[in-house]
This record gives sequence, structure tokens and C-alpha cells, in this order.
Amino acid sequence: MPPLDWAALAPMVAVAATGLVLLVADLLTPRERRGPLAWIPLLGFGAAAALSVRLWGGGVRGVAGMLVVDDTACFFYGLFAVIGILTVLISVPYIRREGIQFAEYYVLLTFAVLGMMVMASSADLLMFFLGLETLSVALYVLAGFLRQRVTSNESGLKYLLLGAFSSAFLLYGVAFLYGATGSTNLEAIQAALVSRSDSGPLPAVGVGLILVGLAFKVAAVPFHMWAPDVYEGAPTSVTAFMIAGTKAAAFAGFLRVTAVAGTSLQGAWPEVLWILAALTMGVGNVAAVAQRNLKRMLAYSGIAHAGYLLVALVAGSPLGTAGLLFYLLAYAFMTVGAFAVLIALGRRGEENLTLEAWAGMGTRRPLFALSMAIFMFSLAGLPPTAGFMAKVYVFSAAVEAGYIGLAILGVLCSVVSAFFYLRVVVVMYMQELAAEPAVVLLSPTTALATLLSVAGTLYFGLFPSRAWEVAVRSVQGLAGMGG
Amino acid sequence: MPGLPLLSLLTFLPAGGAALLLLLPRERVRLLRALALAVLAVDFLLALRLYFGFDPAEAGLQFVEEAPWIPRLGIQYLLGVDGISLPLILLTAFLGLVVAAASLPWIQARVKEYCICLLLLQTGMLGVFVALDLILFYIFWEAMLIPMYFLIGIWGGPRRIYATIKFFLFTMAGSVLMLLAIFALYFKARAALPGPTFALPSLLGVALGPEEQTWLFLAFAVAFAIKVPMVPFHTWLPDAHVEAPTGGSVILAGILLKMGTYGFLRFALPLFPDATRTFIPLVAWLAIAGILYGALVALAQADVKSMVAYSSVSHLGFVMLGIFALNVQAVSGALLQMVNHGLSTGALFLLVGMLYERRHTRMLEDFGGLFRVIPVFGGVLLVIALSSIGLPGLNGFVGEFLILAGTFRFWWPYAVLGAAGVVLGAWYMLSMVQQVLFGPVRHEANRTLLDLTLAERCVLAPILLLVVWIGVYPAPFLHPSEASVKALLARVEQGAAAVAPAAGGVDPRAYGRPAPAPRVEGARVAPGETQARVTGGER
Repeated sequence: MPPLDWAALAPMVAVAATGLVLLVADLLTPRERRGPLAWIPLLGFGAAAALSVRLWGGGVRGVAGMLVVDDTACFFYGLFAVIGILTVLISVPYIRREGIQFAEYYVLLTFAVLGMMVMASSADLLMFFLGLETLSVALYVLAGFLRQRVTSNESGLKYLLLGAFSSAFLLYGVAFLYGATGSTNLEAIQAALVSRSDSGPLPAVGVGLILVGLAFKVAAVPFHMWAPDVYEGAPTSVTAFMIAGTKAAAFAGFLRVTAVAGTSLQGAWPEVLWILAALTMGVGNVAAVAQRNLKRMLAYSGIAHAGYLLVALVAGSPLGTAGLLFYLLAYAFMTVGAFAVLIALGRRGEENLTLEAWAGMGTRRPLFALSMAIFMFSLAGLPPTAGFMAKVYVFSAAVEAGYIGLAILGVLCSVVSAFFYLRVVVVMYMQELAAEPAVVLLSPTTALATLLSVAGTLYFGLFPSRAWEVAVRSVQGLAGMGG
Repeated sequence: MPGLPLLSLLTFLPAGGAALLLLLPRERVRLLRALALAVLAVDFLLALRLYFGFDPAEAGLQFVEEAPWIPRLGIQYLLGVDGISLPLILLTAFLGLVVAAASLPWIQARVKEYCICLLLLQTGMLGVFVALDLILFYIFWEAMLIPMYFLIGIWGGPRRIYATIKFFLFTMAGSVLMLLAIFALYFKARAALPGPTFALPSLLGVALGPEEQTWLFLAFAVAFAIKVPMVPFHTWLPDAHVEAPTGGSVILAGILLKMGTYGFLRFALPLFPDATRTFIPLVAWLAIAGILYGALVALAQADVKSMVAYSSVSHLGFVMLGIFALNVQAVSGALLQMVNHGLSTGALFLLVGMLYERRHTRMLEDFGGLFRVIPVFGGVLLVIALSSIGLPGLNGFVGEFLILAGTFRFWWPYAVLGAAGVVLGAWYMLSMVQQVLFGPVRHEANRTLLDLTLAERCVLAPILLLVVWIGVYPAPFLHPSEASVKALLARVEQGAAAVAPAAGGVDPRAYGRPAPAPRVEGARVAPGETQARVTGGER
């Protein structure tokens, strides 16, 4: 067995070590002094981000045939670390307020990030499955972390049941591919598929089942039924993490299987994705219009954005793939930012998440309201925010690849989405103050997370060039991108 | 003045002012107002400097600023001015200042936010008129919606939320399709030109087939037609104009609508010349429908503000008719009429606002006989109404005359139908004036009205001055545009033939560069000479 390439593994090791340190630190700290434990994951994610920046641009490095650490993987490591940091920042006041301040929360979060990193750099379907399960098991617990609340229990249970279901689909698909090609290694599968053109329907069935599994994870319509309830019931900080992080990881998985999928399904792969993208954008946005609860509205918005991201996959070009990466980055800032404001202005028990409770927020909490407005404009895809630039990349890729119809549908959906995002702004700025102002405990970490998200949303909107350059170079070596 | 990025300064000064205002405490109302006003005043001075530095003989772009922005995709920070955008920039800078001066004293609630919105709006509007990279243009075009949305939604009338969302969604729905058309154009150009680019001067060098032109033209035209607004895309306008606060209405009517007509002149016509000529009948008939329909509906309004709003539909129909008559007379007239409409309709909204501040009603039946009570107000209203009708000696006449004369040369039935709109215009405007100013004083409350204050007179005086000046001596306003209009028309006339040699590898950016010093060929400068340089085609 060749020696392991520890340098390539460094970001993952950093995150794994963080989780272990947290477990030990939990034992050594008395119950009432566990607040400062949040520093540990912050430092761990920071270290992982720094290590992946150093690794980036260093070429493709395989680890035991199971993992591949290339620029794409490094980009996702960095993205996951950023999402992790933002999540920890918004979690600190939230879990204190809701009475769930346990170190296990951070431990699970850290291992979830580890699972995402494994998914993003898997060279083998089994490794991918391992990463997915690490992520999912952590999230099953996190979703139900508010033990005393029924909705959270429901969320955890629902996610567990449907998640297990989707994992089974995925595993079944892996088995089919193994049966057809005799390997679970993506490169070997690809080579086998290319050399034997008459391998029958098995590879197509296998890829189809894997697609179902992934579509469950990104909450693509019609595999989205679990998403609104799970997102709404889970602790708000966990919802933010799931919407931004899990989605990014699942799309990283999509990128890894693209080459194999393209070969086994031939021309049908983009067509299948086309239908998924169209349904997801349409249903996600239209259903979001009917929501009066902000958290549930953001849940549907999360579904809708998965649709835009699928458009990038449909294009299947270097432009589209780089667009996907940029979109995920921009989306992380704007959506986690929106959840940060939800947490900052919410109260214990999340009583005031209805639109009505936000009336007059523009005068009551001007800075948070302004931030929320910026996130809403960005989610709606209006310039000069990151959300606009992300849509420029994704939809231009669709036009370039000739999917004009899908692009038209996409931009019209974003007009629909402007309606419900703007409604939040209307309520905050254009309606009278609600009866009694909510007592809000300001937390410096939420404020910091909001500030960082606003900065990211505006920076990537006004000066997208550097991030775009990084995204373009990150996907250059990716297999199956045709360039 | 080499080295001074005048256009960037002009465009971003208000945004800088907004950032500064953001840091000031909201209680310092007077300081906030003064600062916003000062920023807009300086901005207007910059616009004047632009005017005096502008070379009217040059048909191409001047004051060009370019810098890479997203080099990988060829998105540039590219600004420039020519004779088509210059009058609109001046109008924007002027009206922005006037609006701030007139409306700031009326705003009592959330002064800080109001000032910031006005300033950001100013940056957005100026940006639309100076941006020459299509993505940059689109960003200003869309971003400008946000402050307007707040202006209507926060400080507007009772149905403000409905109006502002309708305004926003209508405009956005039109523009997203334009964004896709921009992409399609970009990918088409990427195949034809040496490098990827969104820059208008370079894109002008791409030859497009008739079918491509048709689809792309339609996508652009819908976006612009909604903004103009042309019938049948006008339904957002009455709501937005009536519900907006006075300042918002003035800006909406005075400047925002011009962004649509400007879009046609700047992008749709030169990029898709063949499609433009194909669609002349459709656009002309819609324009005429707008002229007549807007005028007839205006006639039926009981609310002065909605009458003025519908009159905009009618007036902008004239502008569209002039643009699509495609001759120098009509297009110059359309350009001038854009400025005229900004001045007279802007002033009308201001006057309605002043009246509303005094009486808190805008219904025609609540007034009557005001001329005797408040003569100065009455006099101003009369002059402005006459200017809007197109009385000779005032600004509206010059514009409408040029448009109708040019249209007559193009195809006389259009001109005849358009002229019917002028008659209807006189009808609704004069009957409004009659009901408000003349006759007996029917309501006791009207007897005690106060006449225009000194501040209000100061706000209206410059508008009146311009109204008369343009009416009597329009040359300074027409002259700078002439060369650019001629170049534009030459391009539309040549159509695809003009762009055919583009693949030859000439630098298409020559369009934006100032001409080399010895312009000896002055004697034989044909219309379209600059455009020929764009494409490198020797005609």
C-alpha cells in the first residue's frame, strides 16, 4: 500500500481533529461554561479553509484511489468551511436562547462538514456514500435537536425516514453500476462504460437511481416533499446549514458523477436534468408565494434555488460548472445571512417568524432590516448583488448551451420570486409598526455573521471578477466537462 | 481635461453622498436635507461641465472611460456620452436637483431614507445613460428599480404597495428577457469577434441574420416598451404615477420613461437595424394607439394627477412615433420632446403636488376659480399647460412640430393621426386648466389658499426659463445631438450591409475614440461616417 498523501488530506484531518477535540473539551468543561466551546469549531474551520487555499492550484492528488483532491474539491472545502463558520456564528446565540447549548451540537456540525468534504472529493461511489451518510446521520440528530419541540422532532424523524429512503436509492444505484462494470471507482466505471458500449440497461438504471438519491438531497421537485417540513421544524441555525451546505455538497456529488452519468445515459442526462430543473424552479417559486411564515418561505426559496443550480448542470459546459460554483458561494452568503437576521430578530420559541410580526422592522431595527432587504434583493437576483451575478453566469451558460427555453423559464421564475422576496421588504419598510416592539437580545456573533454576509453579498455582486476566476480555474480539471 | 473621470464622478457622486448620509444621525433633518441638495447641485454643475466640454461636431462617443471589470467574460466598465445621451444626462441632473429642492420640505417622515433613495436613484439613472457595456447598463437599469420601489412604497399614497409591486414586477418581467437577449448577442459576437465582449461599440460590428435580429429586437423592445410605456404595456404607469409621492412622480415621468425611449435609440435601433425597419408599422400603430388612447383616457379623469399620468402615455407615443419615423427631423424632435416632456410634465406634477400640499385633494371638482385667489400659481400652471399642449413659442411646439413634420415625410397618415392627438391634448389640458383656474370659486376652502412661496417660485423659475428658451431658441438643445442622430440613422438605413465587413479584424472600439486631430475630410463627412469607422467598412 503506498503511503498516504497527508498533505492532500490536511483540510479533512483538520476538521476531523476539531470534532475530536470538541468531544474531549466537552468532558473537561463544566456545563454552564460551554459557551466558549464555539471557538473550537471556528478555529478548526478557519484552519481547514486556510489549508484548502494552500492546496488549491496544486494539481490533482489521489488518495488511495478513494479520494481525489483537485481544485474543485479545494473550492468546496473552502466553501464548506465558510458555511461552517457562518453557521457557528449564528448558532451561538440561538442554541443558548433555545436551551440546547450542548457541545454535541458543534460536534455534529463539524462531522457534518467532514462528510460534505468527503462527498466533494470522492473518487469512488462507496466513498461518496460514506460521506453522504456521515453528513446525513449528523443532520438527522441536528434537525431534531430541539428535543422539547414537536416540530423539531417531526423534522428529525421525517428527515431520517426520507433520508434513509434516498440513501437506499443511491446505494441501489451503486450496486447496479457495480454489477454492470465490476467496480465502484468512478474512473474505472467510466473506462468500462466506454470500452463496452453494449452493457445493456444496467448502467442507465444505476445512474437513474443515483440521480434520485441526489435529487432527494438537493430537494429537487418531485423529490422535495420532505424539505419544507424539515427545514421549518429544524433549529433555524441548522436549517441555514442544511439549505446552504447540504445543497452544495450534493451538487459537488452531481459534479463527480457527471462524467459517468453522461456516458451511461447518453443524451438523456441533460434532458432528465432539464425536467428536474424546470419543475424545481417552477414549484419552488410558486409555492413560496403562498407562505406567510418567513422560515417556510426561505425553505421553499431553497428548493427554488436548487432549480437554478440544476440549470447550470443542464448546460454542462465549463461556463455552467464554474457558474454553479459561483452560485453556491453567493447563495451561501445571502441565504445564511437571511437566516442570521431571522435569528437576530426572533425570540425564544420562534414566535415571530410570520410576515405580520416583521411590520415596521425598518424603523425598529434599521440595520438588520437593511441587511435583510439586501439579502432579499440578492435572492431575487437583482443587481448590484451577488445573486444577480450568479444568475448572470448560470443563465448565460444555459443560453450558450442552447437551452433558451429553460433560460426563459428560469428568468420568469425569478420574476415570480421577486414578488415574495419583495413582500418581506414591503412588510419591513412600508407597513406600520406592529403593536409592541419585540424584545431582541443582540448578540455580537449574529451581528458579525450578518455583517460578513452583507459584505459577501455586495462584494461578490460588485467585484465578482476574482471569485469568478477562482471558480473557472477550479473546474478546469474536472472530468466530463468537455474542456 | 484629460485624467478627470468626469462621467464616473457624475454618476457616482450621488451614491457617495448617499453613503455619507447613511452615517449621519437621523435626527439632523436639516443637515441631511442640505447635504442631499448640495450633492445634487454639485452633480448638476458636473453635468454642465460635461455639456460645455462636449464637442457637437463629433458623432461618436466622448468622455470615454474604460476599465476591465470581469475580464474573463469581457465585461467592461465602459462609460461614454454622445449626442443622444447628453440631453438626457442634463435633464436627469437638472430634474434631480429640482425634485430634491421641491420635495424635501414636504417629506416629514424618514427624511434620511428619502434622501438616500433620491441620491441612489440619481446614480442609477445617470448610470443608465452613460453605461455602454450591456451588462453594466443592465445593472444600472435594474438596480435603479430598488430606490424607486422604496420611494413609491414608503412615501406614496394609499394604494402605494400595490402600485410599487406592480411597477417593479412589470419592469422586471420585461428586462429579464432582455438579459437573455444580451447573452444571446454576446455568444453570437464571441464567435465573430476576436475576444468576448459586452461592449456596445464592439457588438455593433456583429452581423446578425434577419431571424436573429427579429427575436433579439423583440426581447429588447418589450423591455423598453414597458418602460416607455407603450400601449398595451402601460397599465403600471397610472398606478405608479398617481400613488408615488410628488418627487417620485416627477422622476418617474421626467426621467424613468425616457430610459425606455433612450433604450430604443441607443440599443435596439443600431444593434438590430433590419428588424427595426421591419417593425416600423407595428411600433408606429402602437404609438398612435398610445397617443389617442392616452389622450382620451386623460380626458375622462377626475383626478388631476391621473390626468397628467395618462397624458404621459400620450406624449411618449409621440416620442416613439418620432423615433420610428427614422429621419433626422423626427428623431431630433423625439429627442427634444423627451426633454420637453421631462420639463413640462415634471412641472405639472410639481404644481399638482403644491396644490395638494395646500388642499389635500387633487379632484378637479374641488377646485375652480383659483386664478383669482393664487395668480402666480395660476400663471405658472397656464404656461406649463400651454407648453405641454405645444403652443408656438414654448418648448412643446418645437418638439411636436419636428416629430410631426418628420413623420409626415415618412408616411403622412401617421402624421395626421398623430396630429389628432395634439388636438385631444389641447382639449384635456385646457379643460383641466379651465376647471381649476377659471370660473367661480366653488369651495370656501379655496378662498384662503396661499400663493406660491419664494422657495416654490425658485424651484419653478428655472423650469419656466427652459420652457421659454427651448421654445424660442432651441438650437443649443438640438445642435449637440445632430451629428449622433445622423450617424445613428445612417446605420439603421444601411442595415446589415453596414456591418458585413466586421469580421475583418479591425478594432471596433474606434467608435469610442476621439477622432484624430486633423479632421480634414470635414467637407465630405457623410452621415454615418463614424459608424463606418466602427465597422471599418469603406462605403
